[in-house]
Amino acid sequence: MATVHPLLAVRLLDMRKSWRFVPSVWDALIFALVIGGLALIAIGGHETLQPLAHSPAISLDPRVLPNYALRTTLRMLAAIICSTLFTFAYGALAVKSRRAEQVLIPLLDILQSVPVFSFLSFTITFFLALFPGQVFGAELASIFAIFTAQAWNMTFSFYQSLKTVPRDLSDVSDSLRLGPWRRFWVLEVPFAAPGLIWNAMMSMSGAWFFVVISEAVTVGHVSIALPGIGSYVGLAIARQNLGAIGWAILAMGLVILAYDQLLFRPLVAWSEKFTVELSSRQGAPPQSWVLNFIQRAQLARRIWMPFANVAGVLTRVHVGGVRPPPRRLVQAWSSRGADYVWYTVLALLGVWAAWRVVAFVGREVGPAEVLAVIGLGGLTLVRVLVLIVLASLIWVPIGILVGLRPRWTQAVQPVAQFMAAFPNNLFFPVVVVGIVHFHLAPDVWLSPLMILGTQWYILFNVIAGASAFPNDLREAASSFGVKGWSWWRKVMLPGIFPYYVTGAITASGGAWNASTIAELVNWGHTRLVARGLGAFIFQSTERGDFPRVVLGTAVMSLFVVLFNRVLWRPLFNYAAKRLRMD
Amino acid sequence: MTDLAVAEAPTGRSLLEISHVRQSYSKGSGNDLLVLEDINLDLRGNEIVGLLGRSGSGKSSLLRIIAGLARPVAGELRWRGRPVTGPSQGIAMVFQSFALFPWLTVLENVEIGLEPLGVPAAERRSRSVAAIDLIGLDGYESAYPRELSGGMRQRVGFARALVVHPELLLMDEPFSALDVLTAETLRTDLVELWQEKKLPLSSILLVTHNIEEAVLMCDRIIIFASNPGRIAHEIRVELAHPRDRGEPAFRQLVDDIYGRMTNPSDPKLKAEQPTPDSAASQGVGMGLASVSTNLLAGLMEELAKPPFNGRADLPEIADDLQMEIDELFPLAESLQLMRFAEVAHGDITLSDAGRQFVDGDSDTRKRLFGRQLVAHVPIVALIRRVLDERPTHTAPYRRFSEQLEDVMSEDYADETMDAAISWGRYAELFSYDEQSRAFSLENPE
Repeated sequence: MATVHPLLAVRLLDMRKSWRFVPSVWDALIFALVIGGLALIAIGGHETLQPLAHSPAISLDPRVLPNYALRTTLRMLAAIICSTLFTFAYGALAVKSRRAEQVLIPLLDILQSVPVFSFLSFTITFFLALFPGQVFGAELASIFAIFTAQAWNMTFSFYQSLKTVPRDLSDVSDSLRLGPWRRFWVLEVPFAAPGLIWNAMMSMSGAWFFVVISEAVTVGHVSIALPGIGSYVGLAIARQNLGAIGWAILAMGLVILAYDQLLFRPLVAWSEKFTVELSSRQGAPPQSWVLNFIQRAQLARRIWMPFANVAGVLTRVHVGGVRPPPRRLVQAWSSRGADYVWYTVLALLGVWAAWRVVAFVGREVGPAEVLAVIGLGGLTLVRVLVLIVLASLIWVPIGILVGLRPRWTQAVQPVAQFMAAFPNNLFFPVVVVGIVHFHLAPDVWLSPLMILGTQWYILFNVIAGASAFPNDLREAASSFGVKGWSWWRKVMLPGIFPYYVTGAITASGGAWNASTIAELVNWGHTRLVARGLGAFIFQSTERGDFPRVVLGTAVMSLFVVLFNRVLWRPLFNYAAKRLRMD
Repeated sequence: MTDLAVAEAPTGRSLLEISHVRQSYSKGSGNDLLVLEDINLDLRGNEIVGLLGRSGSGKSSLLRIIAGLARPVAGELRWRGRPVTGPSQGIAMVFQSFALFPWLTVLENVEIGLEPLGVPAAERRSRSVAAIDLIGLDGYESAYPRELSGGMRQRVGFARALVVHPELLLMDEPFSALDVLTAETLRTDLVELWQEKKLPLSSILLVTHNIEEAVLMCDRIIIFASNPGRIAHEIRVELAHPRDRGEPAFRQLVDDIYGRMTNPSDPKLKAEQPTPDSAASQGVGMGLASVSTNLLAGLMEELAKPPFNGRADLPEIADDLQMEIDELFPLAESLQLMRFAEVAHGDITLSDAGRQFVDGDSDTRKRLFGRQLVAHVPIVALIRRVLDERPTHTAPYRRFSEQLEDVMSEDYADETMDAAISWGRYAELFSYDEQSRAFSLENPE
């Protein structure tokens, strides 16, 4: 697929209406609720913490890798299913209820600013406590971490789609009296499908990254090693075995390739039929050999039919006939008074959560340290900014040059998407060996790791933008003799800017997330640490020092939210308003 | 209602009774926007009724209320004697935009209407195939809507509505998204099926802004007046089917309807005629239609040329320019507002100012346009005056739009501002910066 899915852009576009520039009291409240909730889970889990008795032994034999790869893949699959179910429920609830929407959507914004690693760190003790002494708890924690890397993005996409369901299709569903359940499956889910599938595919990269992390993690005195590619790499790092890491990279590459070819490419090609534009699209529709095979082969069809029939029956279950509640109840429920009650309850909850957080963190941490942690956040912020600028300087010109040449685009685009999905932390050891060997400063040279995986978003979005650049405008530019710097400044850069911003937003979000892993890297007994907020969160997690994990997470979440609102949102609004082609 | 016509008409029993229906939308700022006022209408069996009016006259709002997609704020609807509280069984709707599910095949799109009725799967299939055949789409059952032309898509829309065997078929400008030829074929096919009594339904209610379409198809035409929407006239069409557009009686009826819709002395149409008089009485609060200066100039040029030579019959010039009334009326009325032309009794006449405009070169035209604007369009005059008076010679968009929103809906205020900006820019009365949303007197470098 050579283009950014339009729905991705639509999603961000629509959001600008509801997004406020300056965080409000409302945001502060939601923020307190999220951090408070996480702290509570950590406290609860911490108190009932029990050591895991039998961690299965991990082997570095390459022959066990297929089995490990399978385990890793299954975790991924389980997480996708959970994310999808969550998305359906959360999105539908946010759209159907005004009051729920007021809470759920800002909540989503905050949740996606919380680093995935912190979710892992908070919830792992909780999940272990659910199934004391069993591997199952650790499996759940791992799946949950992957879930947190995918779900928010998917839910946003679904919510935006539900908000923009074409009015005529909504009217016809009402007019035919389809009922809410059938309407959900006939209208809402199909309409949202292309955006949802595209977003699920996009969030995969972050997910692969964290599936690798979550299989081998240490929280306090609990160390987990789940059989999988991640723990294989963890052991290889501990034993300084570069060969094993090579095998792991190979296995991971094959897994991602298989996922792409067998799951997502068919899904994307199939979801093409759910796009609403009735006019025929420009360019070739996305193709998938797997989908073609399934659609042509009789056998595959036979296997598929029973599932389709069951789905048909399930989605046709008549759920209608719910009698509307009495008028007076409806009036009371939707009255101003009820609003005030609702707000009061929310405000009390928020204040209580904030108080719990302050009490929990304040037991251990003084104001001076809070300031120091904010300073660390500043360091990480500088890294993210510098890296985005550097990556843009490198990839924007390359992306444009590639995107203007259809041949090159066809060759480079799949590679860029593959690189974006690849869990680049597998490459970390190679970099560490280099830093140790050349005695480089970790504060500087560890930084590029943060953007190793996410820079590709900039590249493939710019390629998409350049290849979508209208041919007539290019010809007009060349016929008027626009060349050199003014060709870049007046023609090409404005043309790809909306695409670039989309890519850079994803890249910067990914870089913040990756900082929790990339600012602190091990190689055998060698440990390289770059001063920054990411390293602070990682080290606090390792020590099981939850007050500091909470503090670090809150600060990072705050930085990400502010960064988005001060930098990306205005840029995106500008791009959406002034530089759109249509 | 016109009882006389009822007595004469070949009508059946009463299907739908609409009494004192009123609809308004809240603007948030207190006073609501009245869309429909005191609508009374009876629909009987075996008739095609047309709701005719310009955009914004509330005819589509009324259709949505009848379809159960919207609830009126006051008044009562009774469908076969029972109050309407939501979409009713026995009422089906055809949409302007076809409203087909792109991910369902033609057959699935038609079948889905039968599901909520609890029709068994086998019967759903056979009835849908029959409906598809009836509407002339056999062979396309397994096609997806994107593979079909616009006309064929609307046929699917008809099949989906007919398959449930409704008693009343609602049609919301069903042909206006189609090209002229396709629309005509579909209209003729539909009237033919209706005449041969092949359609499994009892009555049709059609919303349209195409006067000829209404005369071609309907037994009764209800003419809507706007601001607020209400029924101005009811006309019975006694012509026999198939009707011929060239027939004198047909032409005369079309002329008559144009005349009625542009009659300056009709008190019911008062509010929607933005005459210079109403500009004087309404002042800044008068809404404008956002029409481009190119079209305004084009219409004036067309009027000045033979065969019109300064005076045209509205149906003729509509035909000449291939425009429907929702396009032509706003243009004609904007010209009338600026006193470039006068519209009355179905005719449009170019004024002296209009002739000067047509004869002038680009600079003269701009100067003349500016003069008429400042003299006759209060909001433009206000913008210019404020800019002149302020020492900075700048003013924000909100300064004016908020004043408009006191008396009209936000959308309408925005459209009025659009018109003021585009006209004022053309006349070089002021400049406007989209980015900072501010007016100024500077010329852009």
